[in-house]
Amino acid sequence: MFNWLERMAKWLVYDVLRMPPEDHLAKALDFFIYDSIKILLLLFTVVVIMGVINSYFPIDKVKNYLSRKKLYGAEFLMASLFGVVTPFCSCSSVPLFIGFVRGGIPLGVTFAFLVTSPLVNEVAIGLFVGLFGLRTTLLYVVSGVLLGTISGLILQKLKLEKHLTPWVKEVLANAQMEQNRFVAEKQTLKQRLPIIWQEALKILKGVLPYVIIGIAIGGLMHGYIPSGFFEKYMAKDNLFAVPIATLLSVPMYSNASGILPVVQVLVDKGIPLGTAIAFMMGVVGLSLPEAMLLKKVMTMKLIGIFFGVVMLCIMVSGYLFNMIL
Amino acid sequence: MKHTVKILGTGCPKCQNLTKVVKEVISENKLDASVEKVEDILEIMQYNVMITPALVVDEKVVMKGRIPSKEEVLALLN
Repeated sequence: MFNWLERMAKWLVYDVLRMPPEDHLAKALDFFIYDSIKILLLLFTVVVIMGVINSYFPIDKVKNYLSRKKLYGAEFLMASLFGVVTPFCSCSSVPLFIGFVRGGIPLGVTFAFLVTSPLVNEVAIGLFVGLFGLRTTLLYVVSGVLLGTISGLILQKLKLEKHLTPWVKEVLANAQMEQNRFVAEKQTLKQRLPIIWQEALKILKGVLPYVIIGIAIGGLMHGYIPSGFFEKYMAKDNLFAVPIATLLSVPMYSNASGILPVVQVLVDKGIPLGTAIAFMMGVVGLSLPEAMLLKKVMTMKLIGIFFGVVMLCIMVSGYLFNMIL
Repeated sequence: MKHTVKILGTGCPKCQNLTKVVKEVISENKLDASVEKVEDILEIMQYNVMITPALVVDEKVVMKGRIPSKEEVLALLN
């Protein structure tokens, strides 16, 4: 699919710039040109596709659906799936949380949504397809959805309502299956597309510098680190690799889009994929700024439990991947 | 007619962006409107929005979750 791009990058580096084929810098440059164009193309495609899907599942519709339907346990999975198609901005997490609670949606179901929404988002999927290919992306998406579902189920079982802040408890007490009058916008896809297109461009512009820097660093590492370099230090049988990777990942949220290209090179050079996926899930899905925002609705203890459960699930999936891959 | 415009948002970059766009549209077109930024979550929740930023014109939520173009804002204020 991208042969033409590979040829173009090689042509640029070796024919136009006349760099010697065995030079490290030439290899790094070749990799950089090919990778950045490929990834940006794929990223844009995925963001547009997700934008189209999302425009048919606006958040109010999702909320109404979840609070109206009796799903006998499947609501955790549904919430998690809705989380995939809903773009997530950590600053929306509080209003979203309150909206769900108000709609009478159980806390665990709300958590399932809150976990998956940032974890499996359009930018992460786009970068994953570009960096790791379809198979690994699918693996990431499926495990992300399951992770949200399972975390939600666990958090529901823990009966955490008492750890909400007082004003949220009040909201909870007054929760009804309220339905805000929601009128779906009757628009054809043709009318929606320009807005989706513009949004996609905005998203791309926002992450572009991080992605380019990430790919540049990755490109340099690709040229200079010998393959198999990490196998010595981060072998699959190193039991501590997954927990350490998970713990390290949480503070790195702000530049997730820059970190993913670097991780790809690390995997290429021998870091086991399960460890890498655990790391990336932490980077993409858990963020300290989000935790700080949630302080308005949850006690620190609840935030701790929430993050703890999710991290535990991430670690488990990291180990699982290392075992089966 | 004077409009009251409110921007709901907890202070994320998107909300600041929206505020900028709205203010620019108002001053460029010399519209008669007041702009207020609402950052208090309790007040935001009274408008029943689950996704920020949201744009409120004369106490009605007209746009949420994204940043509209200047043309859209102008249309909403006229």
